[in-house]
Amino acid sequence: MIAETGLIALWLAAALTLLQFALGAIGLRAERDDYYAAIRPVAVAQGVFVTLSFVLLIWLFLRSDMSVKLVAMNSASVKPLLYKFAGTWGNHEGSMLLWVTVMGLAGAFIALFERSLQKRTLVATLAAQAFISLGFYAFLLVSSNPFERLFPVPAEGQGLNPLLQDPGLAFHPPTLYFGYVGLSVAFSFAVGAMITRDVGPAFAKAMRPWVLGAWIFLTLGITAGSYWAYYELGWGGWWFWDPVENASLMPWLAATALLHSVTVLATRDGLRAWTLMLAVVAFSMSMIGTFLVRSGILTSVHAFAVDPERGSFILALLAIYIGGAMALFALRVGTVKEGSRFELVSREGALVANNLLLSVILALVFIGTLYPLLVEAVTGEKLSVGPPYFNLATGPLALLLVAAMAAGPLLRWRRDNPKTLLNRISIPLLVAAASLFALVIFTTSMSILSLLGLALAAGVAVASFAPLWRRNLRRTPLHTYGMVLAHFGVAVALVGMASESSFTEERLVAAKPGDEITVNKWKLQFGAIEPVAGPNWTALEARMTAQYGGGVLHEITPQNRMFAAAQTQTSEAALLTRWNGQLYVVLGDGDSEGRWQVRVWWKPFVPLIWYGGILIALGGLLAMIGRLRRGFQQRKQREFAEAML
Amino acid sequence: MKAKHQRLTLVLLGLVALIGAGLMAAYALQDQASYFYTPSDIADKKPAAGVAIRLGGMVEEGSIEHSADGVTVQFTVQDGTARQLVTYTGITPDLFVEGSGVVADGRLDGNGMFVAETLLAKHDENYIPRELEGIDMTAGQHKTETLVQ
Repeated sequence: MIAETGLIALWLAAALTLLQFALGAIGLRAERDDYYAAIRPVAVAQGVFVTLSFVLLIWLFLRSDMSVKLVAMNSASVKPLLYKFAGTWGNHEGSMLLWVTVMGLAGAFIALFERSLQKRTLVATLAAQAFISLGFYAFLLVSSNPFERLFPVPAEGQGLNPLLQDPGLAFHPPTLYFGYVGLSVAFSFAVGAMITRDVGPAFAKAMRPWVLGAWIFLTLGITAGSYWAYYELGWGGWWFWDPVENASLMPWLAATALLHSVTVLATRDGLRAWTLMLAVVAFSMSMIGTFLVRSGILTSVHAFAVDPERGSFILALLAIYIGGAMALFALRVGTVKEGSRFELVSREGALVANNLLLSVILALVFIGTLYPLLVEAVTGEKLSVGPPYFNLATGPLALLLVAAMAAGPLLRWRRDNPKTLLNRISIPLLVAAASLFALVIFTTSMSILSLLGLALAAGVAVASFAPLWRRNLRRTPLHTYGMVLAHFGVAVALVGMASESSFTEERLVAAKPGDEITVNKWKLQFGAIEPVAGPNWTALEARMTAQYGGGVLHEITPQNRMFAAAQTQTSEAALLTRWNGQLYVVLGDGDSEGRWQVRVWWKPFVPLIWYGGILIALGGLLAMIGRLRRGFQQRKQREFAEAML
Repeated sequence: MKAKHQRLTLVLLGLVALIGAGLMAAYALQDQASYFYTPSDIADKKPAAGVAIRLGGMVEEGSIEHSADGVTVQFTVQDGTARQLVTYTGITPDLFVEGSGVVADGRLDGNGMFVAETLLAKHDENYIPRELEGIDMTAGQHKTETLVQ
């Protein structure tokens, strides 16, 4: 019964979405106020029903109801509760349902709380949002019904890929999905504004929190995904330029650009057409990301579903939405009036530089990710584009971008004097130059990119706080603090990246229990190998102690796990985090002489990569709270003024 | 600057940036286009020693040899027509076994030996490295029988 109720709720939600679209489309054409008034409750009802449907699917997974095909295929009753829960979206159908659920909730949220936008633009936005959702509803109901029953009912489910049985990964996909869907809302706003030709600061201010929110989730999702790959794969690397990683990086790059251009539009009423274009591109990138991951075209660890029919369906959706939006953009861009102008040396100028650099990096990642697929589709020849390409192509541009980031916030809007900029940025420049000098003298064999990266990071870390210099800190708006924190986070992450690539020390040995392994100042004592058992796995565990210099003894236990359900082996790295870095120990295979392969890395300051990511996201959160609060206060004041009249 | 001019400048700047990106990508992809090699590719057209390449194929049955240091393995990768000797120092992936697919990043040394820096093996039954799809996995398996005998 639960499955049937879920399916009915899903159909109802789909019908309401159709109604929402029709009300918007017909209402706008006929300029009917009653239609405008009806669209809000419909959007809210749609959100409620689709959420109900998703909650019921979670319920089925928690109860391990094996009569539902999706549960039987992707879950197992012996799995820990957390992974039953997360298993809801760890598969194709569930993740698509999560996608429409988040979209439905976003639509309901806009309908309930968006008050500053022109009424017609709001209606157009909700209609656009419904139009996007409709494609996904069709996809779910026609080709991937999550509530399909299975007969005969199996006694046990088929489990989940043990690599994915990890708390980090359980919440990684939904985090990215929130980001993708947030960008779809930004896209709906852009379409709404294009339809009603209402592109201006009010539209930018309504769109900004959604861009910020999406960007925060994407930042967190990428950070978490990178950390997951780092500790779960046991290779010691934190970014592999895997197409699936790129699929999440591309929307982030577009969202970062959009975030900065929408600020120009909201504050200075400039970059109108460009902001619209970026909103279209950002959403396109999240659709392409979903397509790459979901269609199985990449045949990689992340592609759980390999099914060409689904691939073609998503590709068709992709073509309709992106093609439609591009066409609308091409039709309407001529009627978008030129925004206010600015000089080359100005805050706007720096933000344009930021946008250009981000777009170029995005284009380079895009080409590198899709080029091998294209070549294979056309010629059948297989080739891969690997880290050498991506590092070479994006590294120098990323450094340039970070340099622009240091200068941008110190510039005035509209027009500034290059000489006074030089004055303001002199201290960060000195810090960067001094760091470069010190690094060249005291270190050997650092790559040029890491060398420049570390020096630049030192300069940017100082420069990021410059906007607070000589300001009344209590009267400085919250979003300025957000920017400071996010920019500082970039510097922190950059230190982690450069330090990891330059100062990592590694030891690989075949050791017997009782042996000692040293790397840097660490002494590892290999105690014994013991068998251990978890809820649905057994493992061989190495008992070791690690000591830094003459410091405290830490216990570490790298494992080799066997998962019973899937007949799969994974190695669980042991990590020991200290303030100045991370010790990373992997246990390999044993040999006939009683030796075990042990690989040990000492990675100075590597956690800064992810701390930086968290700081960036926190900065975004501060900015969002600040903007929302200011918007709320301004509305209160306006209402008060109106009441006084 | 007139309004029209500023927009034109921005559009041109954007175009120049994108074309620049395309050229950069094309330049960087020149080397990368031949990044992936099968043993036959290496036999046909040997890449220069020291150039980073990716090698893919099947681990030949009976070819895995462990060195005395306990952390280095030597094995042969084959694709049905040609073979390539590989050496790897490190922990082999969990499902690295004879007869399974493998993708290795590394370089050829002066003696024609492929020195792998990373090894990627089939993770589980659902996962085959993209490059290995369609390569005959059964070729060269007759060695199993000789081993059994």
